Amino acid sequence: MADIAVTSIATPPSRLLAGLKRGGPRLWLGAALVALLVLAAIFAPLLAPHDPLEQDLMSAQLPPAWMTGGEPAYLLGTDSLGRCVLSRLIYSARTAVMVALIAATLAAAIGVALGLLAGSFGGWVDQFISRLIDVWMAFPPVLLSIVLAAVIGAGLTSVIAAIVVVDWTRFARVIRAETMVQLTRDYAAAARVIGLSRVKLLRLEILPNLVPLLVTLLAVEMGIAILVEVILSFVGISVAGDTPTWGSMIAEGRQIVYQAPWIMALPIVCIITSVIGLNLFGDGLRHALDPVQRS
Amino acid sequence: MRWGELIRRLVLVPPTLFGVAVIVFVLLRVVPGDPIAMMIPPGASEADIGRLRALYGLDQPILQQFATWLGQVASGDFGRSISVRQRVLELLLARLPATIELALLATMIAVVLGVVAALAGILLRGRRAEWIVDGGIGMLLAIPDFLWALILLLLFGVLIPLLPISGRIDPEIDLNLRSNFYLIESVLAGRFDIAFALLHHMILPAVALALPFAALVARLLKASLAEAEDQDYAQIARARGYSRPNILLHEVFPNALIPTVALGGVQVTLLLGGTVLVERIFSYEGIGNMAIDAVINRDFPLIQGLVLTFAVLFIALNLVVDLVVTMLDPRLRYG
Repeated sequence: MADIAVTSIATPPSRLLAGLKRGGPRLWLGAALVALLVLAAIFAPLLAPHDPLEQDLMSAQLPPAWMTGGEPAYLLGTDSLGRCVLSRLIYSARTAVMVALIAATLAAAIGVALGLLAGSFGGWVDQFISRLIDVWMAFPPVLLSIVLAAVIGAGLTSVIAAIVVVDWTRFARVIRAETMVQLTRDYAAAARVIGLSRVKLLRLEILPNLVPLLVTLLAVEMGIAILVEVILSFVGISVAGDTPTWGSMIAEGRQIVYQAPWIMALPIVCIITSVIGLNLFGDGLRHALDPVQRS
Repeated sequence: MRWGELIRRLVLVPPTLFGVAVIVFVLLRVVPGDPIAMMIPPGASEADIGRLRALYGLDQPILQQFATWLGQVASGDFGRSISVRQRVLELLLARLPATIELALLATMIAVVLGVVAALAGILLRGRRAEWIVDGGIGMLLAIPDFLWALILLLLFGVLIPLLPISGRIDPEIDLNLRSNFYLIESVLAGRFDIAFALLHHMILPAVALALPFAALVARLLKASLAEAEDQDYAQIARARGYSRPNILLHEVFPNALIPTVALGGVQVTLLLGGTVLVERIFSYEGIGNMAIDAVINRDFPLIQGLVLTFAVLFIALNLVVDLVVTMLDPRLRYG
């Protein structure tokens, strides 16, 4: 017992630092990439050299500046309407970040609520929610979000709604299982013995222990949300036609891929960087937060 | 999974499909969006529009429409497509083989790649080079199939123009096949020129679908192999002087296969779902590509038929995986 007491006194001041160290290079690289994405989205008007909608048909399909025929004014070249590719890439980050933040948070809120309910009540509540998840999972997720976005109509709200409606199950399934595991632990039994109500038990004891898991899920879900937005705008049913998005840039680039492959290649690079950044960030955070790995 | 559990799962199939049908049907009709508005020529009269609505049964109450449709589906009639103006069942039967062939080819590629990568990783276990395998697997997993499709299209279709980037086969080739399973039939009939032409078109989309799945197989199998290799029986075989590759292949591999199939098999559904976009990117004429057109055109009967088809495939795949696991694992067979 003495050992435990000593270590618990020694930990607090260095806990944050130790956590950051445990996250390792994954955490730092991930955080840097995510920060890059978020900063590009926030400061898009300052960073973009051109108006993303400004057309210049005289200089259409210019290659990036370092290739032969490129112009220094258009660092990453222009698309078939002569719009600046770099500016469009930067402005597209805005849609991506908005969708990622809002959709992932809402999906998490619904999924966590239902997962906690199913995991803690059991019985018919669990049966009902589990069946609901089963039916949901019988849909191909990509097809379901395409159907949803198409029927709700174009716009940011419909993209977000489509992601939330499809992806809440990702959270619900994991949180349900983890809640059940946590409830069998001694600390949960102890909390019940001292007379905590079910709501208090979940809020004060169980939920804090789910945080490391939730953070990882949330980061991964943000990556997925960015990908779904790309898919929807690639298919042509995302935000309004003139808002630049990575997906619509890819779709436009696909048409002229033999003449101007960079128009398709550049948004792909942006998407991969963002998604890998979010995955690394989530993974690093999980290692930094996980109490099991605190030693 | 025991046999009783399997029967329980089979019993749950009809209600799940019914749930899927209800959700799709209600979803399509509650929210705004009118398929008739998409097909009428400008200047059509109110009466014409009304007649078209009546023709497709869209003037009836939703419950009535659902009952009619469900009755028809039960007797194998999925109705008529609004945008293509053919029977939905005919369209599905014509396009489904293309998707099944693509998914099968992708699964085969993924299993081969995944097993090779897992074995390479386990042989390098504990050495520096192990992280190259692990890093590669992580990289493949982080990037989804449709991005691989775009990357492969750019690399091997445009930058190094080795392979075609659209369609299922060159239109000038005379197929003269009896079924729509072009690849399977041409191989069985020994017409390898056609099979080769088909593979030429299928290889990029199939590899794109296969890469993330191969990484998943590799990761699961490598973990299971590592666990099985540490068991007593493997250690004893090693002590008796059998070589490590020999033990890995003959003793450890069969046991490591069970958890891999159980966990990875279910993920084949993800590969199947991925066909929707990958087919779109490569203009491949399967049901996935058709689904996107159907959604854009708000072709209700076709969307309903397609979603139901996908749901049936998903559920069937899950059951097959459970069945295979039950057959592989003697503990479950007699449990």
